[in-house]
Amino acid sequence: MSTNRGGIIGVDVGGTFTDLVVIDGKTGHIRIAKTPTTLENQAFGVLTAIDDAQVKLPDINLIVHGTTTTTNAVLERKLSRTGLITTGGFRDVLELGRRTRPQAYGMTGQFVPIIPRDLRLEVPERMDASGKVVTTLDEQAVRDAAQTLIDAGCEALVIHFLHAYANSAHEQRAAEIAAEIWPNKYITTAHSLLSETREFERGVTAAVNASVQPLLERYVTRLSDELAAQGYAGDVLVMNGNGGMISSKLVAKEAAKTVMSGPASGVMAAAYTGRRACEPNLLSYDMGGTSTDVALILNGTPPVSNEIEVEYAMPIHVPMVDVRTVGAGGGSIARVNPAGLLEVGPHSAGADPGPICYGRGGTDPTISDANMLLGRLNPEKLNSVTGGISTDDIASIFQTKLGTPLGVDARAAAEAVIRLANAKMSGAIRMVSLSLGADPRDFALFAFGGAGPLHAAALARELGVPRVLIPARPGITNALGCAIADLRHDFVQTINQSLDTVDVQVLHNVFAAQSSAGQSALKREAIKVCEVQTEFSVDMQFLGQSHVIRVHLNHGTPTATELRKNFESVYWKRFKVDLPQIRARIVNANCSVIGVCDPIDLSQLIDPAGRHDTAMPVTTRDVYFDGAAFKTPVYWRDHLPQNVQLNGPAVIEQLDCTILIPLGDHVTGGVDGNLTIHIGGAK
Amino acid sequence: MSIDPITLSVIQAGLQQVCDEMDLSFSRAAFSPVIAEANDRSDGIYAAEDGALIAQGTGGLPVFVGTMQYSTRKLIEMIAAGTVAKPKPDDIYIVNDPYLGGTHLMDVRFARPFYRKGEIYCWLSNTGHWPDTGGAVPGGFSASATSVEQEGLRLPPVRLFKKGVLDQEIYSIICSNIRVADQRIGDVKAQAAALMVGEDRLNALLDRYGDDVVKAAIAELRVRSDTQMQAFIEEIPDGNYSSTAWIDSDGVVNEPLKIHLKIKKTRGHLQFDFSESSPPCMGPMNSVLATTLSSVYLAMRHIFPEVPISAGAFTPLEILQPKGTFLDAEYPRPVSGCAAEVSQRIAEAVFAALVEALPHRVTAAPAGTSGNFALGGFDPETGRDFVMYQLSGGGYGGNIDHDGLSNGCSTIGISKAPPVEIMEQNFPVLYHRYALREGSGGAGQHRGGLGLDYEVELRRGNARASFVMDHGRFGPQGALGGADGAVNEVEVWREGVKYIPEHLSKEQDIPLQAGDRVRVKTPGGGGYGPALERDLDLIKEDKRLGRN
Repeated sequence: MSTNRGGIIGVDVGGTFTDLVVIDGKTGHIRIAKTPTTLENQAFGVLTAIDDAQVKLPDINLIVHGTTTTTNAVLERKLSRTGLITTGGFRDVLELGRRTRPQAYGMTGQFVPIIPRDLRLEVPERMDASGKVVTTLDEQAVRDAAQTLIDAGCEALVIHFLHAYANSAHEQRAAEIAAEIWPNKYITTAHSLLSETREFERGVTAAVNASVQPLLERYVTRLSDELAAQGYAGDVLVMNGNGGMISSKLVAKEAAKTVMSGPASGVMAAAYTGRRACEPNLLSYDMGGTSTDVALILNGTPPVSNEIEVEYAMPIHVPMVDVRTVGAGGGSIARVNPAGLLEVGPHSAGADPGPICYGRGGTDPTISDANMLLGRLNPEKLNSVTGGISTDDIASIFQTKLGTPLGVDARAAAEAVIRLANAKMSGAIRMVSLSLGADPRDFALFAFGGAGPLHAAALARELGVPRVLIPARPGITNALGCAIADLRHDFVQTINQSLDTVDVQVLHNVFAAQSSAGQSALKREAIKVCEVQTEFSVDMQFLGQSHVIRVHLNHGTPTATELRKNFESVYWKRFKVDLPQIRARIVNANCSVIGVCDPIDLSQLIDPAGRHDTAMPVTTRDVYFDGAAFKTPVYWRDHLPQNVQLNGPAVIEQLDCTILIPLGDHVTGGVDGNLTIHIGGAK
Repeated sequence: MSIDPITLSVIQAGLQQVCDEMDLSFSRAAFSPVIAEANDRSDGIYAAEDGALIAQGTGGLPVFVGTMQYSTRKLIEMIAAGTVAKPKPDDIYIVNDPYLGGTHLMDVRFARPFYRKGEIYCWLSNTGHWPDTGGAVPGGFSASATSVEQEGLRLPPVRLFKKGVLDQEIYSIICSNIRVADQRIGDVKAQAAALMVGEDRLNALLDRYGDDVVKAAIAELRVRSDTQMQAFIEEIPDGNYSSTAWIDSDGVVNEPLKIHLKIKKTRGHLQFDFSESSPPCMGPMNSVLATTLSSVYLAMRHIFPEVPISAGAFTPLEILQPKGTFLDAEYPRPVSGCAAEVSQRIAEAVFAALVEALPHRVTAAPAGTSGNFALGGFDPETGRDFVMYQLSGGGYGGNIDHDGLSNGCSTIGISKAPPVEIMEQNFPVLYHRYALREGSGGAGQHRGGLGLDYEVELRRGNARASFVMDHGRFGPQGALGGADGAVNEVEVWREGVKYIPEHLSKEQDIPLQAGDRVRVKTPGGGGYGPALERDLDLIKEDKRLGRN
C-alpha cells in the first residue's frame, strides 16, 4: 500500500536554528535549509526555511514538524494559567516533590511549581491502593472548585486524584462535571495520560500537559493556517518525544508528549541511518553549542523510557526516547582553578556572547576557540563574523587565562582543553552506556550536531569504540528525524501484582485494550501506513525492590512461566545476578502501536551530481596534534567521491559542520553519503 | 618525578571516573532499595600507606565524605600489628565496627587490596547501608538502646572473600544474626562486584599512564587540593568564630545535648574545637570520631562544593579530637543516631559559626533531621509482619539570594522520599494529609523553606510506632537576624486521644491499633536576615499562597 509519501518536508525548530530537509518523492532529490529560529513566533522561521529551500507547497504531500514550543514554555514557565482539582489533603503534592535538592552539595535551590498554590483546590474523595472507594466523590465540591478556577481566570484544568491508576471513576466523573461549565476542552485527567503509580510524577506530567495545551494548539493552528494559505493541502504532523509523529489536530490533547521531541528526532534519524548502513548498535552523540546529548541504540531501535526529568524536580513520565544530556558543548568554558589545575565546564558561554570566535564580545576561552587555535576549525571563517576577532586575539586570551598559569604556550593550552574535554565527555558517555547495562566497545559512535564530528574520533579512541559513523548532513539530523518518522502511540498501565498470584488474563485484557486503542488512534490519522507493529513489554521487579526493569515480549498473551523466564534472563543479562529464591512482581504493562510509513531513500542527501571522481583537497592548513603542526589537507565533503578512502590527518568541511580525521585513523565513504572513521585504521 | 598540570588534570578525571563507575555498578546491581534507589553507599580509592583518601565517587551519600579513609587506616594498622590477617590478592575484608573508623552498624564496609606487580598499590573500599544488621529493632535505629550490642551485629575486619571466593562460614554467621537474610546475598555480590569494577578500571588507567606517573600524580594532587582548599578558606577573615547547636535528647535521658563549636581561622588554616560539647550520653545519639570528622567535611563541602573530595582538601581543616564528649564515643556507647541525626547537627554548628564570615555562601540552618518514623506490625489481610519507614524532608534555611527550599532532603542525604501511593500499596496505612506545613519557615529577609505536615492512619491490625527525629525542642537556627524555623512535632492519636512523646522527637514502640493515627510536622528552615527587611511583594505572595 502506498503511504502517499510524495514530497516530504521535515522541519525542526531548535534553540538557535530552524532546520529543514525536503525530499522529492519522485526523484529522491534532497534539499536542505538552515535559518535562525524566531523565538516569538516559531512559524516565521519555518516559513522562511521553506522559502529558502525554494519549496512549492502545493507539491508537498507531508510536513512533519519538530517544535520547541512546549519545551521552552515549561523551562521558562511561560504557561497558560492552569488550575488543579485534587484529593483532599494532597494539594501540595505538586510543590512538595519527592524531598530532594537540585545538587548533592550546596544547601540552596529553588523550585517553582507548574501550578501555583492558590489555583490548587481540594475536594472530598478518596480511593485506596486497590481502587476501592474510601470517600465518595463530592460532586458539588467539584462544581464549586471548577467555578472558582474559571473565575480565577484559568484556561486549562487538571484533575488528579490519588490512586486513579487503580480506579479512574472519580477522575472521569469529576471531568464530566467540570466539562459542563468549563469554557473550552482543555481538561486533563491525570490517569488518562499516564496510568501509573506515583502521585507526584503523574501529577506533574498532567500539569505540564494542561498548561502547554492551549499554547501548542494555538501555535500549530496558526502554522497550519499559514501553510494552507500558501497552498499546502495536507495535514501537518508534529513530532512527539517518543520519536513518532501525530496529526497537529490531535497533538494538543497529549501535549506533554511533545516536550523533548527535538533530541528524540535526532536519535530516530540516527537509528534509521544506522539500520540502512548495517550499523544497528550505535551510541548517538550530538554535540551542540551548549550541551551534548547521548543515547544508546540497540538493534536499530532507540530506547524508550517513561522516567525522563526535564529539569530539577520536573519529571515528565510519558514514554519518550531516552536521551541523556552529559554536559559539555562547544561553548563550555575552560579555566585554571585555585589548585593550578585546568577545568573545562560546567559553565558555558552559551549562544550570547558565546565563544570568543563568535565575535560577540565573548572573552572566556571555550572548546570551540581551542578548536580554532589548533586549526581544526577554519580560521578564515573568523573574517565573516562581526567584531573582527583574529586567531591572534584568541591566542592572546588563551595565553593570559590558561597558558601562563599552566606554564605552557597558547596552543599547548588549547590542546590541553581539548584533551581534558574529550576525557570528561568520554567518561560521561561511558556512564550513560554502563547505566543502561551496555559496554561502549560493542557500539559504533554516531556523531552529529554542529560540533560532534570534530571530537568523535578522539572520543571513540578514549572509549575503545572501533568506528565512527558520520551521516551526510550532521547539522540537520533532527529535521531528517522528522521526515523519516513513523506514527506512534504508547500506553502504560500499572498492574502491581505478584507473579505467582497474578491472573494473566487481566494482563492479556490490558494489552488487548491498549493495542485496540492504538489501532483506532492510527485510524484517526489522515496519512496511511504500510504496516502496523504492536510491541508489548512489562516492567518487573523482585519483591522487596523499588526499581524496575523492562522485559520485552513477543506477543500480548504471555503465560506466567514465560514472564518469569524472560524476566530472569533480562535481569541476568543486565546485572549478572541470579535470584531464584525471590518472587517477582509485574509493575506496569506497556504497549506501543506503531504505524510504519514507507521507507525513505536517503541516497541523495549529498547530491551525486556534485561529486568528483577523486578526492582533491581544496587547500591545506596547519592542524596541531600532540604539540606538532601537520600540513593537513582540507576537503569539501560534497565533492568527495562516494567510495572515498583517506588517511588522517584530514579535515573535511561542509556547510553544516567540520569533520576531523586524526593522525592514524582512516575514513571510508558508504551508503547514503555516510563516512565511517576507522579508529587506528590508517593504511 | 614532576608531572605537567595537564596530565595531572586528566589523571584526576580518570581517578574520579574509576570511583564513579564503582558507585554506578554498586547501585545498579544492589538488591536493597536503600542502596539501589536511595544511593546510601559510597566507593573510593585509598592510599596503601595510611588509607588517606585519593578519590571518592561523586554519587556517594554526602555523610560518607572522607569516612572510609579512617576505616581503611585502622585496617592497615591492624594488619601491621598482626591483629588482623594479612591480605592476599582478591581478598575482601568486611567491617562495620563503629569504633574502628566507622559510622553506625548498618553501614557495612568492604575493603579490597589493589595489587600491582605483587605489591599493594592502594586500597579500594566501599560502604553500603544494609537494611538490617540484627539488634533489638528491625533496621537498627533503636531510640532507646544503651549499648552497641543492642544495636546489632558488630564485625571486626575479617576476610569475607578469600582469593575471590565467599567464605561461607563467615557468611552463615552473619546471616544467622540479621533479619531478611535471604535477600542480603544480592547486596553482598553487588558490593564485591563494584570493587572488581574499580580494579579493572584502575588497572586500565595505570597501564595507560604508568604506575610511577600515577603515583606521583596522586601525591601532587594531594598537595594541590590542599592549596585549593586554603585558597577557599581565605574568604574567611582571620579570627575566632563560635556557635552552639542542640539535640533534643539522646532518646533515653530527657536532657538536651549540646554541640559547642569554636573555630579559629588563621592564614590557610581552620581549627575546629568541639571540646565544650556534652559528655557521652546513655542513648544512641553518640557519634564516633570518624563520623564527627566527616560531618565537618560534608558541611565544608556544602559551603564550597567546588573542592574535590580528597585527603588533601581536608588538610587545612584541623579538627581537635573532642575527647570526653559525645562526639568521640567509645565502646560500648550506642551510636545508631550518629550518621542520620548527630552529623546534621554538627553541620548546623559549622554553618552557624561561619554564616557571618561567609554570608554569600552559608545559609541559615536547614531542617537537619532525617525524620525517621518506623511502623512495625502485623497485617491480618496479607498474614505477614511488616516494617514501614517514612523518612521525610523539611525546610532549608534562607540564603542571601532566596527563601529556603521547602521539603528538602536531609543535610547528609540525597535520597527521594517514597510516594504516598507506594506506601499505601505496600503497607496497611492510609494518609489523610501530605502537605506543606504552613507558617513553619523561620521569618527573615529570606524566610526558611516550609516543612512537611503528614497524617497517617493504621487501617488494620496492630502495630508499634517509633520515632528517631530531632529539632523538636529547638527549631533550626535563623541567621543574621532571621528567626528560627518551626520545631518538629509528633502527635499520636489513639482512640481519638492525643499523645505527645515525652522526648518530643524520639520514642520507641508506641502501640497502635486500627484507626489510630500519627501526625508529624517536620521543621521549617531558619530565616536569613531581619524580617523587617523582607520585600513587600514577597510578603504579599506568601499571604496569597497561604505559606505563612
